[in-house]
Amino acid sequence: MNLVIFSGPPSSGKTSIILKTIEAMRTRDLQVGVVKFDCLSTDDDILYEKAGIPVKKGLSGALCPDHYFASNIEEVVQWGRKAGLDLLITESAGLCNRCSPYIKSIMGVCVIDNLSGINTPKKIGPMLKAADIVVITKGDIVSQAEREVFASKVNSVNPKAMTMHINGLTGQGAFELSTLLYEEDQELETVTGMELRYPMPSALCSYCLGETRIGDAFQMGNVRKIELGEIDE
Amino acid sequence: MSKMTIGEILQKYPFSMSYFVENKLDIDGHEYETFQEFLGGFDQEQVEDLAMDKKELQENLEIFINQMNEFLGIKEDMGVKSLTILPGNDKSGEPEGFNELTINTSQIISIVGPTGAGKSRLLADIEWTAQKDTPTGRSILINGELPDKKWRFSSNNKLVAQLSQNMNFVMDLTVMEFLQLHAESRLVEDIEETIERIIQAANSLAGEKFQLDTPVTALSGGQSRALMIADTAILSSSPIVLIDEIENAGIDRRKALNLLIDEDKIVLMATHDPTLALIADKRIIIKNGGISKIIETTEEEKEILQELEKIDAFVQAMRISLRQGESLSR
Repeated sequence: MNLVIFSGPPSSGKTSIILKTIEAMRTRDLQVGVVKFDCLSTDDDILYEKAGIPVKKGLSGALCPDHYFASNIEEVVQWGRKAGLDLLITESAGLCNRCSPYIKSIMGVCVIDNLSGINTPKKIGPMLKAADIVVITKGDIVSQAEREVFASKVNSVNPKAMTMHINGLTGQGAFELSTLLYEEDQELETVTGMELRYPMPSALCSYCLGETRIGDAFQMGNVRKIELGEIDE
Repeated sequence: MSKMTIGEILQKYPFSMSYFVENKLDIDGHEYETFQEFLGGFDQEQVEDLAMDKKELQENLEIFINQMNEFLGIKEDMGVKSLTILPGNDKSGEPEGFNELTINTSQIISIVGPTGAGKSRLLADIEWTAQKDTPTGRSILINGELPDKKWRFSSNNKLVAQLSQNMNFVMDLTVMEFLQLHAESRLVEDIEETIERIIQAANSLAGEKFQLDTPVTALSGGQSRALMIADTAILSSSPIVLIDEIENAGIDRRKALNLLIDEDKIVLMATHDPTLALIADKRIIIKNGGISKIIETTEEEKEILQELEKIDAFVQAMRISLRQGESLSR
C-alpha cells in the first residue's frame, strides 16, 4: 500500500481535489481509500461515500487535531492494509498553520487557495514549507497576475516542492496530480518508527488541562506573555 | 555559496532579498555574516517559536537562487516559437479528426464546442505537455520537439496563462502597487517603464481611462479586463494565452487580441461569439472529449466578419454616447 498525506488550511479545497484526483485514477484499477481527520465535525465522509470511496473519519474533539493525527496514523495505516487498499490518502486541516502532519519518506501534499491572500504563504509554517507537492486552487476566479504572484511567493518559501494549479470544480489538473501519487513498487507495512518532518508546538499550560478561569493566578506551566511595550506619550 | 556573506549574496543575486523577506528573516545588520552564521544566531527557543528549519533554509536558498538564475536565462531566450498538438482519442476511444495542428506565435486559434465537451482537458494537455500519458492520448510538441520537463514541474515557468470571464482582482492594492508586485515577482529590470507600457496599453483597450491610485478591486468590469489583458500580454512569463470568452462591454476586443499578438503570444480562444471566433485563422471543434475537426476560416466567413464588426462598432458608438450622457439618434 502507498500512503499520501494531504493537508491544508480549512476550505482550501482539499476534499474536492482528492475526489477529482481519485476519479482520475478510476481507469487504473487501484483501490483508493481516504481517512479524514478533523476537529469538531465533518460531513466530507459523506461526499467520499457517495463517490464509492472507502472512508473513515477521525474527530479529535477536545484534543489538538495534529497531535491526534500523530497518535492514530499507525492504526489508520493498518485499517488501510486490511481494507486491501493500494493507496491510502489522509486528509487533515491545519488549524493553527503551525503544525504539519507530514512524515519523513511519506509523500506530503499541501493544498492552498489563491483567495487566501498573498501573505498567506509567509504565514503558514511547516505545513507548506515541508510539503513535496503544493496544489494551488481557485485559480479560475483570480487574475493571471495574482496567480503568478501567489505561485512565486509559494516558491520562495518552498522552492523544493512542485507547484500545481488545480481547479477543484472542473478537475483540470487533477489527472496530472493523480500520476504522481502512486508508485507500484512501494509497499508500506507500517509507519511505526518513522518520524514527523517537523516537531509540533510545545504546549501544556493550565488551559490545556481544562482551566477556564482568566487571570495570573490560574496560569501554570508553559505560559508566555505578549509584549505590548510602553505607551508613547 | 556557503562561504559568501549575506551582503555578497545580495549584491550578486539581488532577487534573493525576496527569499529572506518571505521566510521572515530580518537580515538587516547581518550583511557581513554568512547565511550559516546568521542562522546560528537563533537559539533553540526562537527556532521553535518561528517553526524554523535551519538546514532546510540553507538548502532552499541555494535551490531558490539556482531556479531564479535559470528563470532569468529563460527570459532572455523565451524559447517557445510554436506549439504542436498531435491527435489522440475522444471519450469513446475514436481517433480525433485531424492529423497535426501547429500554432505559431502571434497566431490565434479559436475553440468551439458545448460546455463539458473537453475544452478543459485540451488545455490541461497543453499545460502538462502531454506525451500520450493523459486520458486523451494526445502529444504536445514545443518548437516541433519533445518538450522540456520544466514545463511540468517548475512553479515559475508555466506554459499557459489564462484569461476568463469569471476572473477578479482580489488583492487589496492600487493599480500601481499591483503592477509593481507582479513586475517584481517576474524579476523585471525596468519596472517603471514596464508599468508605464501596461497602463498605456490597458487605457487604449478600456472605454474609461483609469488612475494609478485606484484600488484594483474598484475598477469597472471593462477596466479590469483591460488591465488583466495588458498585464498578461506584457508581464506574464507564459508564452501561450488561453482566453475563455471576452465580454463585449467596455473593451475593444480587436485591439486586445492585437496586443497579445504583438507580444508574440500563441493565442487560444474559447468563444461562441462569431465576431471573435472568425478573427482566428482556424477553429478547433470539440465534441465528446476530442477534437472532431479543424475548420479553416473561409473567405465568405471573413466577409461575414466584416459585417459583424460594423454592427459591433455601431453598438459600441451608442454605448459611448450613452455613457457621455448624450441622446441617441439614427
